[in-house]
Amino acid sequence: MRVGSTSKIALRALRRNKLRSALTALGIIIGVGAVIAMVSIGNGAKAQVEAQIAGLGENVILIFSGSTTSSGIRTGWGSAGTLKIEDAEAIRREIPAVTLVSEEVVSNAQVAAGNQNWFTRIYGESADYFDLRQWALADGAPFTNQDVRSANKVCVIGRTTATQIFGSEDVVGQVLRIKNVPFQITGVLTPKGLSTQGTDQDDIVIMPYTSAMKRVLGGGTTLRNINAQVASPHDLAPAQQQIIELLRQRHNIRAGRDDDFTVRTQEEIAAAATATTDVMTGLLAAIAFVSLVVGGIGIMNIMLVSVTERTREIGTRMAVGAHSRDILTQFLIEAMLLSVVGGIIGILAGIAAAKTIAVVKNWPALISPASIILAFFISSMVGVFFGFYPARKAAQLDPIEALRYE
Amino acid sequence: MADSSACVAIRLEEVEKTYRTGEVNVHAVRGVSLEIARGEFVALMGSSGSGKSTLMNILGCLDRPTSGRYFLDGEDVSSLSRDELADIRNRKLGFVFQNFNLLARTSALENVELPLLYGVERLSNAQLHDKAERVLEAVGLQGRGDHHPSQLSGGQQQRVAIARALINDPEVLLADEPTGNLDSRTSVEVMGIFQDLNEKGMTVIMVTHELDISCYARRNVVMRDGRIVSDRAVTRRLDAALELEKLNELPQEVIGSTVQI
Repeated sequence: MRVGSTSKIALRALRRNKLRSALTALGIIIGVGAVIAMVSIGNGAKAQVEAQIAGLGENVILIFSGSTTSSGIRTGWGSAGTLKIEDAEAIRREIPAVTLVSEEVVSNAQVAAGNQNWFTRIYGESADYFDLRQWALADGAPFTNQDVRSANKVCVIGRTTATQIFGSEDVVGQVLRIKNVPFQITGVLTPKGLSTQGTDQDDIVIMPYTSAMKRVLGGGTTLRNINAQVASPHDLAPAQQQIIELLRQRHNIRAGRDDDFTVRTQEEIAAAATATTDVMTGLLAAIAFVSLVVGGIGIMNIMLVSVTERTREIGTRMAVGAHSRDILTQFLIEAMLLSVVGGIIGILAGIAAAKTIAVVKNWPALISPASIILAFFISSMVGVFFGFYPARKAAQLDPIEALRYE
Repeated sequence: MADSSACVAIRLEEVEKTYRTGEVNVHAVRGVSLEIARGEFVALMGSSGSGKSTLMNILGCLDRPTSGRYFLDGEDVSSLSRDELADIRNRKLGFVFQNFNLLARTSALENVELPLLYGVERLSNAQLHDKAERVLEAVGLQGRGDHHPSQLSGGQQQRVAIARALINDPEVLLADEPTGNLDSRTSVEVMGIFQDLNEKGMTVIMVTHELDISCYARRNVVMRDGRIVSDRAVTRRLDAALELEKLNELPQEVIGSTVQI
């Protein structure tokens, strides 16, 4: 009812004890600042992981070879070679939702050119691979379907491999020797940077899978995995199901027996990866939230001390005409001012901290407006919640006893 | 009776106050009837436990009587709510305490403004300052508005408290042992302010246990065991102005004598 003059009274009371007010607000500043900074860092990490997952390509389904059990010893995924080239062709032919398919084999090999050599990973893929992974070439051209059919000795190399062997030379058209077989380089890939596992994605040689099987792996007809792409995200789940059914049928797996392959959609891989960062974000936010609560308890503590210390003041105020409600409002406004001002400073401090960490530690920080609004809202609620008890205690004082309090 | 009610500031009718402490009832005030006219200067006296403080709390609307009626400025205030009593205190009463009860680390000006902040009238900061400045001037503290209580002497602090009591132009000024924390000289000065205010028509009620201080009032009411045992006009009234003059002469004599030695 007289909030205007009560605010004036509360402001004067806080001004009278500047150091104490500042220290009390500090608890909230740290709490809110921590929430903002932690959530920003967590969100940044999540965004980075999501970007890397998106680097796999869009709407991608990965089909891995299964494991075998030999004398009771189970081998890992991809080791058994249960996927055949014919399986990939069947998927290409029989599942209409699948637009691109790339047969994949992987090997490591020493590659050389001139007097330089380098140990790198060799990927055998189909010509669809570059579209599937949305991996553009920085220079030259990718190999073609014709190259794949004829198992031509051509390859595309990553930026790291190119630099390691040729330095700053132009590499398109140069010859790379792999296991003493000369491969002509048709193009250089654009750099992709580190993968989610921390490996250099640009340290690579990609060639037709047919060439890789014949000339690098030395025969064999099995694939490590098949990459497939569907047209839209809605097709992912049905296509995944159809692929499973198709492969079970082709591999003659009876009902009730386990698959000898694994089919993962990109969504599942992304979910697994972001689950980790979600846990991290949650953990950071929880720790930060605890400090916010501690800040709130700090406010309550100070307000309780303040009520005891200012008992005579409260008595005097009542003697000159303050209603209980005026005293209640005054102490509530004091607590809220402390927490709201602390909250605003805390938001600024949190943003500053997040940006500093982003620059110093080269860590992405994503400041979300939602976390700012939430932190501000919570800090005001902290003021009301932790301010109410001391305020009510003050308002219920008996003026006669309060005036006599020593 | 109806004719005289206009000039009656305070009327108590058979006022009793009983405290319950555990099983025992303590009768602090046992049937007090008292009438104080407008413009009187009353000293309320009695030893500790006589009930004078309880009576003062009732007169100050800080407490309600257990039974009996209390008319302040013609209005029955004995059954008002807590908030209504707070409004009465704000508008009609001014309080002066033994320990001043000024807000620490707060300027004299803001201390004096305090009752205005709880009043019905909405005033701007400039109006508040203006009003407080004038009252401070009236108690002889012009130019000290920005001093904090810790920067003022006891006498000056009590003047600030008196200014605070006067800011809402009260009906009655209530002083609870106003000279209890002051030396004899500043006590006389404060009595001087009370007498001046009283000359201008202010009703003053003062609790004291000092006989010489009570002689500055016009009427002495003595309580014992919760009852009024004596109520009479002061015959040999002291004039604060004259007493102050006497005190002013005294130090000069002392200084003179030290010089001679």
